This record gives sequence, C-alpha cells and structure tokens, in this order.
Amino acid sequence: MRWWWIPLLLFALFLGVAAYQLNQPKDDFVPSAMIGEPLPAFDLPPALDGVPGVSSADFRDGKPRLLNIWASWCVPCIAEAPQLERLREEGAEIVGVAIRDRPEDVAAFLDRYGNPYTRIGADDLSQVQLAIGSSGVPETFVIDGEGRITHQHIGDIRAEHVPRLLEELRKAGR
Amino acid sequence: MIAGLGLAALWLAAALAALQLYAGAMAQRDGGGAAAALVRPAAVVQGLACAFAFVMLLWLFAVTDLSVKLVATNSHSAKPLIYKLTGAWGNHEGSMLLWVAVMALSGSLIALVERRLPERTMLATLAAQAFVGLGFYAFLIFSSNPFERLPQPPAEGLGLNPLLQDIGLALHPPTLYFGYVGLSVAFSFAVGALLTRQVTPEFARVMRPWVLGAWVFLTLGITAGSYWAYYELGWGGWWFWDPVENASLMPWLAATALLHSASVLAARDALRAWTIMLGVVAFSMSMLGTFLVRSGILTSVHAFAVDPQRGAFILVLLALYIGGALALFALRAGSVSEGQRFAATSREGALVFNNVMLSAILAIVLLGTLYPLLTEAFDVRVSVGPPYFNPVGAIFAVPMLLVMAVGPLLRWRRDSIARIQRPVVLIGVILLAAAAAALAIGGVDLLPLLGLALSAALALASLMPLRRRRLHRVPLSVWGMVVAHFGLAVAVFGMASETAFSDERLAAVAPGETVRVGPWSVTLAEVLPNAGPNWTAIEGHLVASYRDGDPVALDPQSRSFWAPVQETTESALATRWNGQLYAVVGTAGDVGAVTEGDVRRWQLRLWWKPFVTFIWYGGILVALGSALALVGRVAADVKRRTVRARAAERRAEVIE
Repeated sequence: MRWWWIPLLLFALFLGVAAYQLNQPKDDFVPSAMIGEPLPAFDLPPALDGVPGVSSADFRDGKPRLLNIWASWCVPCIAEAPQLERLREEGAEIVGVAIRDRPEDVAAFLDRYGNPYTRIGADDLSQVQLAIGSSGVPETFVIDGEGRITHQHIGDIRAEHVPRLLEELRKAGR
Repeated sequence: MIAGLGLAALWLAAALAALQLYAGAMAQRDGGGAAAALVRPAAVVQGLACAFAFVMLLWLFAVTDLSVKLVATNSHSAKPLIYKLTGAWGNHEGSMLLWVAVMALSGSLIALVERRLPERTMLATLAAQAFVGLGFYAFLIFSSNPFERLPQPPAEGLGLNPLLQDIGLALHPPTLYFGYVGLSVAFSFAVGALLTRQVTPEFARVMRPWVLGAWVFLTLGITAGSYWAYYELGWGGWWFWDPVENASLMPWLAATALLHSASVLAARDALRAWTIMLGVVAFSMSMLGTFLVRSGILTSVHAFAVDPQRGAFILVLLALYIGGALALFALRAGSVSEGQRFAATSREGALVFNNVMLSAILAIVLLGTLYPLLTEAFDVRVSVGPPYFNPVGAIFAVPMLLVMAVGPLLRWRRDSIARIQRPVVLIGVILLAAAAAALAIGGVDLLPLLGLALSAALALASLMPLRRRRLHRVPLSVWGMVVAHFGLAVAVFGMASETAFSDERLAAVAPGETVRVGPWSVTLAEVLPNAGPNWTAIEGHLVASYRDGDPVALDPQSRSFWAPVQETTESALATRWNGQLYAVVGTAGDVGAVTEGDVRRWQLRLWWKPFVTFIWYGGILVALGSALALVGRVAADVKRRTVRARAAERRAEVIE
C-alpha cells in the first residue's frame, strides 16, 4: 500500500469516533477529579513574617482542616471574610494559601478584615492552586486527617454555605 | 414576502448547482457538446441567485421582521442598525448562507474569467464546486433554513449575544468565511485536475491566486479574531488554544503549506501529488472546523449554534466531500507522475522542509484538538491546552523559522551553502546576539527566548532577498514574500515579548488609590454608572501615567445587557508604541465590589504587555504581503495574456 492511502484511513478513523460521539448524550458537568485524592506534595514559604508557611505534611496529623485559596487583591475574598471568621468560631481550623500576592498587601488585608488562618503559605506562581485543581479565587477545600481532599467549594463562601462546610468537616473527622 | 423571495432564490441556486454538476459530469463523458455549454452560465446565475438570497436576509434583519424565526431569535428592534446587519451572520443559519453566497459568487467569477486550463478540467472543476455547493444548499434548506417563518410573530426579538455586539464581529467571521471559500475553490481545482489528470504547473498558477486570496482573508480573520478575543473577553490573553481557534488555525497552516508547494509546482513542476493533497486537506480543515464549532461535539468557549442533529448533517457532508476527495486522491495519486527532481540544498529543498514542518504543526494542532474527543469515547475527560501545544508546536516551529530565514536566499534546483555563507553567518550572529540580549535582561523562559532570538534573525533575513537589487525593479510577488516573512518575524516578536515581559497586577482598590504595574502608575479616580442603548454599566475612571509622564484616561466598564441578560467586561487599553496597558474593572464572579464603612472597593486587573501590539501588526503585514503577491501574480498573468493576444493579432496581420 502506498502513502497516499494514509490520509483516507486517518479520516475514516476520525469519522468513526465523531459519529460515535455525536450519538452520546452530552454531559457538561465535570465532577472534581480531586475528591478522595491525597493532597499533592508542596511546601510553601510564609506569606508574611510571623505566620508559619504551609506544607502538605501539616495535614497528616489526624485533624481535619479547611484549606482556603485566597488573595488580598480578590474582592470576593473580602466578602467571604466574615464567613471564614464564623467557621473559625465554630471550631474549624483554616489554613490559607495566598495566590500571587505580596507580604505588605497580605498584612493590610488581615488588618482590615481579620485573620482566620493558623498558617498562610505564599503561592506566587499558582503552582499549588493548579495542582489541587482550583481554577479561581477564592476556593475552599475540606482536607481530612490523612491529608485527603474530601470536598471542594468553588467561589466565595456565603452565609448559607457555612453549615454545609461544617458538616463536611465533621464527616471528614470521622 | 421578502423571506419568500429569499427562500425561492435559494432553491433556484440549488437547482442551478444541480444542473451545473450534471452538465459538468456529462461533458466529461462525451467531451463537450450541448451539456458543456451550460456549465459556465449555470455557475454565473447560481452565484447571482445565492447573493440575492443573502441580500434578502440582510433586508429582513435591517427592518427587524419578527415573523422570521431567525430574526426573532437573534435580533431586537432596539439594537443599533449596524448590529442588526452584522446580526444577520452572527448566527448559525445566516453565517452558513453568507458562506454559500460567497462560494457561489467565486464560482461565477471562475466561470466568467478563467480560461487558461483545458476546458475539460475547468468543467470538472466547476462540477466539483457545484457538488460542494449542493451539499451546503441541502444543509441550509433542510436543516438550517434562515428564512423559516413563525406562525405567531413575537412582540420583540430575543436580541443578539452581547459579546457579539461589537464591530469586531462585523469583520471577523466574514473574513474567515472568505478564506474558507477561497480554499473551497482550491479544493475544486484540485479535484478537477485529479479527475482529468492535469496536475501541471499551469494548474498551480491558476489555483495560486485563490489560495493567496484565501490566505489573505484567513490571516486577517485570525488576526482580527485574536484581537477581538483579547479586548472583548477581558482575560488579557490573545490565544487560548480553544478548539474554535484551532479550527481557524488549521486551515491557515494547511493553506500556508499549500501556497508554498503550489509555488514549487508552478515554478519547477515538482511536488505534484503533495500539492494536490494539500489542496484537499486545506478545505477539509475548513469543513472540519465548521463541524467542530457547529456540532457542539467539543466543549469550547465559542461553541455557538450547537446542535447534534446539524452536526450529523455536516458529518455526512464531511464524509462525502473529504472522504470522496481523499479516496480519489488515493486512487489517482499513483498516476500523477513525480515531477522534476531537485537537490536537497535548493529553494525547493527548503520549501519542502518547511512544508513538512507546517504539516507536522498542523498534525499536532489537529491531534490536540481531537484528543479529548478520542479519550471521551473511553470515558476519560481531558482538556488539552498550552502545556501541550506550545512546546510540542515549537519543536517544529523553531526549525521551520530557521529554514525560513535561509530558504529565500537559495537558488532553484541546486545550490550550495558556501555561496550564501556570508548572509547566513550574519543571520546567525544576529540570532545569538538577540538571545544574549534576552538572557541579559533575565527572567525569560526558553520558548520566549527562542522566539525573541528567532524573530530578530528572521526580520533581518526576510529583507535579504532585496539586497543588491534595484528596489523599483523587484517584482511585486517578491515584495509580497519579503513583507509577509517580515510580518511573521514581527508577530513572533510580539508573542515572545508579551510572554516574557508581561506584568500583571490584581488589586482591590478604593477610589483615590494608586496601583503600579510595570512602568505605569494607575489611579482609580472614581466609579460611575453609565448606560447605552441596550445595556447599563459601571464605568471605572482610571488615570494612568507612563513613567510619571502625561496622564492618560482609561474607562473600563463592566456591562449588563438586558436582551439577552448577560454580563460582559469592556476592557480599556492605553496603547503606546512599545506595548499596551490593559485594564479591567469589576465582576469576578458575582462580587465585583465590596463596601466597608463608607469606602467601596473595586476589583481591578491591570496588565502591562510590552510590544503585544506587534502580534497584530505582524498579522496585518503578513496579510499585506500576501495581498501584494496576489496583485503581482494576477497583474503578471493579465500582462502575459495581453502580450500573447497582441502577438497573435500581429501574426494574423502578417499572414494577411
């Protein structure tokens, strides 16, 4: 067989796949592939002086935590701050990862809106953010005591989301 | 009434296409006769009828005739007139009608003026064109009728997608369609030449203006589309490797390869089978792109008019045309003799090398675009993006740019590197110097570094074919090549510079505060409401100054349209010769602003993008270069023809 049959064969392959796919029901909902997965390994420096940084090892001490992806430049994060404060009052331990931020901005933000975090890591290149499958700021993950992701909350936390997150946190503790 | 006229004209055009196909096919068998005489007139009238149908559609949109379903679902009486008109092709049915109308008109043009090829080949070409047209007519009439009426006209139309209410839309899709149509003509010529076994240099010369024309429009279309996405989507990016963008890039890559291989065939009678295959592939990529966009088979930010039923229809057309043409190619390619031979170190050698590189890049883009489709068949969801396309594409783009710098300096048939040693060394020195300069600035990744170095070398190299020549005697087609190659260097420089040196700043800013980004300091003066004919907006008033120079006002908006309801961000740009400041205010998610006490803070996103505009200047230069080449080639053809006609006249006089 000569090379000039190859384009036709490739095209036939495409036709087959396309015809098959056209007849499949379309489902645009993509569930998070990270649920049930362990946290990717990372070790972030502190986002400002006087606060510890964050590493994936910190999550393997048996205690479930919230991992909050945020930034001082992010307006929805400001809207979310009171809810984080309430979660903290309800006993949730919240670890922050600041995305593409600067220490002075982080400090100003925490001064203004309060600091619900026990640790804050600086993710200057969004590496951790991308590795755990977060595409925007803010996002909040529930991590169980073995460092496994059990829940992903996309967008800012509104008042009505707080009970659900507490529930997820309790489930992760079992 | 108007809708009825339009539909009748569409049916008439379809009937004429059927006649054109039948007569063209009959003429192949009995070698002419009565049938042959019908083909050209049928093509001319078909074009006019189809153009008439499109004008009727424009009219319906201009007067907002809501009894027509397409108008009711895509237009609104409160829209400015210009967007009523552009709305005629800002939807699935209307854009298909525009495509078919342009295709039919180019058929008319060929039928009227093209007489260089053997008549049998021309009739086969026109028959092939009618065959393609017939499928599109069937598609329009049976599955996407733009003139469909509603039994009960609604009181008001649903409006046009606000993202599309922009002058960019008036230019972008039609230019791309003109490009696709040019490739469909090249396809028909390829099929005609294969059917009648006339793969000759003359065939390449006849096909070349159509490929050049298609290339001008595709280049402009992609350039305009990229700029449109850049300022309209508010993400600050100019290329996303989205399936729909790839759908426009693939025909361009194929057309670029086709253009260069057609030049080899025209000048040296080599690469016969390869040119034919590219002719088929280029149009196939246009059809494939249409299929991907319209069927909704891939998830894309652009997906519009998504309908699996229509997808199935287009897939059948694809199977018929591409499958048919590739089968014909497979059967006939063996009988197309190989053509002239040439040495590896020669103009042809360089062109062949770059043809292979272009085809490889095309294959990579095609694979990346279709890969999610393939894995979904096995229930695995993937998304293929820049981490695949950029480095893998670069593997082939880098050697291509290098050869592109040297190729035009080589002679046809056989040459030696030793002869062009000095310019090659000079190009190499510039390459290394630019790379060293980029390294000295620091913080530049490998790919942008390569881009910066290659663009400098290519910019210099592209001008070299002009050296030691009298500029006013250089043929227009050579000027075209020089300008187009230089334009590519400019565009590559813009891409590399934007990637390497962009500065991004995100901030929650209260009025009166100042933010620094790159050499700019930007102050948010105030945020005020604003309103247009069919939207309301909050508008940020920014005062920016470059290195503490004169203040420049920027007014980015966050708009809310009410028909249909949708939020858009209108970015504001401050353009300098050395780059652009890009500002976006407001909505990220639902919360675009937050109030604390009596201070209100707004989400502000700023980018300083050094030399980003060079991407589009380069695109325009490339298109200008190909336009020059097109004019040069057509003018030369006309001149040759008149000279020949005069010589024939003189001979006739002498005999008398």
